[in-house]
Amino acid sequence: MIMMRQLIAAARIFLAVLHEVFDEASYARFLQHAQIASSREAYAAFWRERAQSHGRKQRCC
Amino acid sequence: MKMNKTLSFLAWGTVALLGAFAVGVVALRRGEPINALWLVVAATCCYALGYRFYSKFIATKILALDAKRATPAERLENGRDFLVTNKWVVFGHHFAAIAGPGPLVGPVLAAQFGYLPGTLWILAGAVFAGCVQDFVILLFSVRRDGKSLTEMAKEETGRIGGFVAYAAVIIILVILLAVVALVVVNALKSSPWGTFTIAMTIPIALLMGIYLRRIRPGKVLEASVLGFILVMLAIWGGQWVSQNSSMASVFTLSASALAILIIIYGFAASALPVWLLLAPRDYLSTFVKLGTISLLAIGILLLRPTLHMPALTRFIDGTGPVFAGKLFPFAFITIACGAVSGFHSLISSGTTPKLIARETQTRMVGYGAMLAESAVAVMAIIAASVLQPGVYFAINSPAGIVGQAPAAAAATISSWGFPVTAADMQALAHAVGEQTLFNRTGGAPAFAVGMANIFSHSLGGQAVMAIWYHFAIMFEALFILTVLDAGTRVARFMIQDALAHVYPPLGRTSWYPSILATSGLVVASWGYFLWQGVKDPLGGINLLWPLFGIANQLLATVALCVATTIIVKMHRIKYALVTLAPLSALVAITFTASWHKLLDPDPRIGFLAQARALAGGPATSATARIIFNNRLDAGVTAVLVVMVSLVVIESVRVWVGVLTGKREARIKETPFVATRLVMEEQ
Repeated sequence: MIMMRQLIAAARIFLAVLHEVFDEASYARFLQHAQIASSREAYAAFWRERAQSHGRKQRCC
Repeated sequence: MKMNKTLSFLAWGTVALLGAFAVGVVALRRGEPINALWLVVAATCCYALGYRFYSKFIATKILALDAKRATPAERLENGRDFLVTNKWVVFGHHFAAIAGPGPLVGPVLAAQFGYLPGTLWILAGAVFAGCVQDFVILLFSVRRDGKSLTEMAKEETGRIGGFVAYAAVIIILVILLAVVALVVVNALKSSPWGTFTIAMTIPIALLMGIYLRRIRPGKVLEASVLGFILVMLAIWGGQWVSQNSSMASVFTLSASALAILIIIYGFAASALPVWLLLAPRDYLSTFVKLGTISLLAIGILLLRPTLHMPALTRFIDGTGPVFAGKLFPFAFITIACGAVSGFHSLISSGTTPKLIARETQTRMVGYGAMLAESAVAVMAIIAASVLQPGVYFAINSPAGIVGQAPAAAAATISSWGFPVTAADMQALAHAVGEQTLFNRTGGAPAFAVGMANIFSHSLGGQAVMAIWYHFAIMFEALFILTVLDAGTRVARFMIQDALAHVYPPLGRTSWYPSILATSGLVVASWGYFLWQGVKDPLGGINLLWPLFGIANQLLATVALCVATTIIVKMHRIKYALVTLAPLSALVAITFTASWHKLLDPDPRIGFLAQARALAGGPATSATARIIFNNRLDAGVTAVLVVMVSLVVIESVRVWVGVLTGKREARIKETPFVATRLVMEEQ
């Protein structure tokens, strides 16, 4: 039972990592912050806002 | 309590003994192949000990991490750049940013010395230098509101430090982008299967971009899975392309043609909107990267392959065909990522410090993520060393050294004591679906053959070796092209920032004349070095990889100068050796390597010696250009060394001033603010 709970917690963290790495979490935060629902326009606005900071995202060799 | 202490002592004592025994086997066994598992055990024990004891020592004695101190993620939280984030999420984010093609390519190239030097450098370099740099720079940036290395260098060591860090980053980016582009060119030249697969990743990324924008806004994981399926189909389709003569001729390209296409791609990726090409490719690359690295680790553990490469080869004397130069210093600049990489200090002072919830988490994220990258480098050494040495040298030796004809190349390599036949190489090329594997310099094809070897023994057998080989090539090229487009864009922004001081509109990142001009400038710069590598008679890697290694390690020197300066100002001088020792080692390595590249009388090593040798020999149409390029590379090396020397001198002046009391030890930390976050498990 304890092991099952730990596995579920690990899976949740893994999913959270994926959502963050793949920018899904930041899009969700943007929607919450702007208090709007997901749509083409919202996604376009999200990219407009973060275009500059994403453009600076470093990727090492 | 006492029982727990005894158990802990026994457990860590066992880890230490096991690690010492495994390192002993790796280091002392001669004349017979060893199992790759010894490398895995040695690495695991070293990493566990390094993390448990050394990083804890740094965290408590030097940095005095304080869980009660609010981080910028908490104080400046804005839901965008600054954000309190789960420590595992930050770890994943940071690892995805630092692990690129470097830890795969460098160790493969350094395997020409045997598996031992590279392995020892990766283990010791990571535990005592790379992890330390990433950890301390991350913490110092957290204590300065997430400031960049350039800003910290300017504040703590003076204006020269700031300027040099800025210039070094630009130069490193240009050389890095050229050298990684060259790796892709060498992997794809005359390979219709590989070229088709990689070409297809561009429309796949565009499709993902449109899917995310128009069909399912924001569903990135879904789009990445879709993109991955399409990429797998492209690999499968590549086999058909390579077997269809008319299609194969379209996708069989020379190195020059590929270089031109990559330059055009780099320009387009920098100038197009981020959401359309760069971001979807980044997602796809990360998806493939995380999956493939995990798969490779599982493959090595399941298969436990034998290493056929000897511990040390005859090429430690500097006569190696992959790149020229003795074991010291060249093994240490060839492997940067995986041991110590200056570039990481930019990530540690970039997005990561703005996400850290507690100071205490910097240990796991900074030190821990670098250990994970080091493990990737160990896997690359294993992948290269499972190949028969003759095969390894046949793939990695340029035609200028072993000859163009397969029989002549095989005879030359066999004469070095590494038997291989043209028939063996033809059979291997056929097995992986290539026309030839001779002279495929750059490290990527050798890594792909090694990886395909490991995968095909554990999943699918020899029948699917060609699929695994092209999967590995696709994985590396995808990685590299992501670095290429992200790097070009970052360099473009940096130049725009600087040009804004001259003419403000040039700093506007949405003004197209500025975008086109600065993108063109960046692409032309790395494109020039790429072209020089493509046209180099010795394959280009011998020319560009050491230059990149020197530049990257010089940036690490700047980062460690900044870190040591802050430690001295914090009055932790008795512990300053923690950063001073790796700093001294890097100064010795990079300055010796630079001296060799500038002034070594051997034309295969020294830029100026090669220029002199060419000037004294018969003149061809290309001679004048190659002489100029060698002098240019010598000039770049000299400029880097002079700039970093200034930072080192400036730093030493600050240390002496503080220690003699002539200078005030004023550090530019943000004042302490107590955290309001509920204490959680650290």
